Amino acid sequence: MTSKTTLTRAQFALLAITVAATIATHVAHLPPWLAPALALVVAARAWWRRKHDGAVAAAIRLPLALALLAAIVGEYGNVLGRDPGSAFGCGLLALKLLETETPRDARVALGFCAFVLMSALLFEQGLPFTLLVCAVLVLQVAAFNRLEPAPLSSDRPLRASLVLAGKLVLVAIPLALAGFILVPRLGSPLWGSPNGDAGARTGLSDRMAPGQFTDLMLDDSPAFRVAFDGAPPPPNAQYFRAIVLSDFDGTTWTRALSGLRRGATPKTGSAQVDYRITLEPTQQRWLPALDVPVAAPDDAALAGDDTIIANRPVVQPREYRARSMVGASDTKALVKYQRERLLRLPPGADPRARALAAQWRNESANDAEVVQRALALFHASFTYTLTPPLLGRDSVDEFLFDTRRGFCEHYASAFVFLMRAAGIPARVVTGYQGGWWSASGGYLLVRQSDAHAWAEVWRDGRGWLRVDPTAAVSPARIERGAAQVNDAAAWTQSDWLRELRNRIDIVNRLWTQGVIRFDGMRQRALLADFGIARSEGGDLLLILSGVLAFAMLVAAIWAMRGARGDRGDALDRLWSRLRGDLRDAGFVAKPGDGPRALSDGVRARDAALAESLHPIVDEYTRLRYAFARPPQDAVEHLSSSVRRWSRTHLRRRAIQRRLRRMAALFGAARPDRGSS
Amino acid sequence: MAAAFADLRSRALALAERRLPALTRLRQPETLPVALHRRRIYVLPTRFGLAFAFLLFVMLLGALNYGNNPALLLTCLLGAIAGASLFAGFRAMSGLALLQVRAGDMHAGEATTLRLRFDPGVRARASLRVKLGDDDTAFALSANAPHDVELPFTPPTRGWNRCGRLRVWTEYPLGLFGIWSWINPDAAFLVFPALEANAPPLPPGAGFAGERMAAGDSEELAGLRDYRSNDARRLIAWKASLRHDRLLVRDTERRSGEALVLDYAALRGLDHEARIRRLAAWVVAAEAAHASYALHLPEASLGPALGANHRRDCLRALALLPLAGVPA
Repeated sequence: MTSKTTLTRAQFALLAITVAATIATHVAHLPPWLAPALALVVAARAWWRRKHDGAVAAAIRLPLALALLAAIVGEYGNVLGRDPGSAFGCGLLALKLLETETPRDARVALGFCAFVLMSALLFEQGLPFTLLVCAVLVLQVAAFNRLEPAPLSSDRPLRASLVLAGKLVLVAIPLALAGFILVPRLGSPLWGSPNGDAGARTGLSDRMAPGQFTDLMLDDSPAFRVAFDGAPPPPNAQYFRAIVLSDFDGTTWTRALSGLRRGATPKTGSAQVDYRITLEPTQQRWLPALDVPVAAPDDAALAGDDTIIANRPVVQPREYRARSMVGASDTKALVKYQRERLLRLPPGADPRARALAAQWRNESANDAEVVQRALALFHASFTYTLTPPLLGRDSVDEFLFDTRRGFCEHYASAFVFLMRAAGIPARVVTGYQGGWWSASGGYLLVRQSDAHAWAEVWRDGRGWLRVDPTAAVSPARIERGAAQVNDAAAWTQSDWLRELRNRIDIVNRLWTQGVIRFDGMRQRALLADFGIARSEGGDLLLILSGVLAFAMLVAAIWAMRGARGDRGDALDRLWSRLRGDLRDAGFVAKPGDGPRALSDGVRARDAALAESLHPIVDEYTRLRYAFARPPQDAVEHLSSSVRRWSRTHLRRRAIQRRLRRMAALFGAARPDRGSS
Repeated sequence: MAAAFADLRSRALALAERRLPALTRLRQPETLPVALHRRRIYVLPTRFGLAFAFLLFVMLLGALNYGNNPALLLTCLLGAIAGASLFAGFRAMSGLALLQVRAGDMHAGEATTLRLRFDPGVRARASLRVKLGDDDTAFALSANAPHDVELPFTPPTRGWNRCGRLRVWTEYPLGLFGIWSWINPDAAFLVFPALEANAPPLPPGAGFAGERMAAGDSEELAGLRDYRSNDARRLIAWKASLRHDRLLVRDTERRSGEALVLDYAALRGLDHEARIRRLAAWVVAAEAAHASYALHLPEASLGPALGANHRRDCLRALALLPLAGVPA
């Protein structure tokens, strides 16, 4: 039996490649020591297997498995959960290769490969990655096929397996899509909270220390996409606020807990904008919204500091609708304790900045003048750069008086410090500013590199007012976006590449909206478009069964076609085609009739037709009986002349005959004679 | 426990045999050629296929639980691939035809090969297997090229044998589904008796000595000699005797000495089958020694003669002796 045979070298090589490719899909999040170790194990085993048959001794395998377990526990603390689980799975897969000797082992390993491959999608769901996973899937199917004995073409069996696997995948795609659309989605998870142990992802956080954004500024991955119901607001109004930071300890700004907004707050002087945001997973609860949001989407709440907080962390791409008032301001007065908190500064820090603020306070008539003085200072002698010098303990002083180089975080931080020192309540707001407008897609793409920080100052009677000190330093940052003004432009920032990436993003957006975000609600909406109003779980399964039955019917017809009579070479097929055409035209030959008898049969009914048929029959007889293998070109030539002859001489008769039959059938007076 | 299970299984199979001959194809040998079609091709998931289905179910649950649509898509794709593989496998079997079954000379209990000629039709077919008894042979066929598949075969008894029920099967393309069909071809082979191992030397009385010149088995080449009293009557050359006015007999071997006589009746003390085995061994030994020999059986006498045809005739006669012992 097959289970007793061992794998051939080629079979094992393909298996090893498949296992390596499967593990490679996990490389991005495996611990840095694990990926090279596993690569080493797979390579060593493949090299060893080329020389010697036989599994690696258990005395080596067992300690390796224990070492793997210990290392995973050492790294993550446990083996359950997404990250340690997938790392452990990759490790076990590589170790399984050590004992794989028979096709049975190989099948187990390949089945496990499929599982590990799927778990890679828990980390990354983008279109390019999914396509990569599909490519590995083709490899896996080919490896399955390669385990079968007696491949067809022994000279290129690998190629044959890959071609077969590719065909199987292509054939399977329509059914897979039907299944994907129709499988009922779960209303709530059966176990665990999805991605409860999500890995760190770059993005905004609720802490801000000047200089921290640098990584973010270089991250070109999309943060979210915005589709506006009307015209998009102008670039200098595209501020998306996410987090408000109002506590400062001298180096770091942190978010103060703020209560929910109670009741609708009157807003003045504003233009209302409705829009839909598709947010990439952040593992955080904040939802960015255009400045200033006035209504929160479902499953989220509007906080007292005009930010939107979701009820649960965003672990899957999330889509929500929101409404904002551009340029709105709050007319409500600040309560005393709020005002004190918004004026609080760490005691003793940054004396020079405090002195400067006090001086402005004395020389200015009102708050607006203090703000103007601060902006004028930034405008006069500061430089916008993404690679600022590091700051020491009195970070605000050093920045204001010594280095004078920095980006949005530095300016927002220093500005708010100065305002508070001058007695004006102020706070830092982080979020995103600008983005890339996709004219063809009709949406605004906001990347992580569009992250921004600005300030808000309280002015009695007019409420919170947005002040962006970065705009005073580098107006281009606000008008054109961060990437264009970065002096540290890497090659990834070159214009044409950026443009290309922006254009490709439209495909990513379709993928995100069409596949990743295809949840139960979308499912119902889509089916409603097809006139299926009720689509509960049971109904969906019923439709799915129908689709499956239909697919099986089509497949069965395909599989059974040509089971009988479909023998012989091209010449035989050509001949049976001619016989079929003659039969359709009414010249029915007996099954055993040879070429001569056939042509005699035609002659008996129509001498002229037989005359024109004669050369064809002669040529067929010659090709059939004069050669062991009739020459290809002669057969093709005869085939085309048969087709031509049938068209010119038989088609009309066949159609007439069919019409007569139908007339007989619908005449109803006569019984059907044409049932033979 | 295992024995009880095996017993149950064999009884279930016997019942299936009686009730569902179409399913098991044991009863009626069929005339060749036999083409496989949908009514006689059966499909069941393999054990690995069942495990794979369970894996798919787990993957489906996981993808749904985490609301991970790409993973769900991958799972659906794998499921659809598995489904498509079923039909690809069926297609590999459907239309396959067994044209003939042939075998060379063989002795009972001696391993030889059967040659099964399969016709793939217009499609190439890979990873087919044919199983006879415990032997499983894999083969591939390229389009329009009927091909002989050699199958190890050990005939159990002498006489006319059938190869029995063949299981043509495949797990193509992915090993998820076993697709099989039974063929019980109506092809019989004559199996010569087993040769007695370490048979005693040829019986005495054989005229080995002298300058022997084997004349082959053709009587045309034979010379004539005077009649001796113990010559068989059918050897007398009547026409020549008339011409020469004395009794002449055909001399099938131009040599001095008597033809070797292998006589069934002379082997007393052995049972029927043992006698047949010894005679068969002697026939082969005599042929190898180029000694002309005659075979006397209860119902027939052959020879004396020498050569491949004579040998085959003798072995055939031995093979076709009734199985039960004949009264002496």
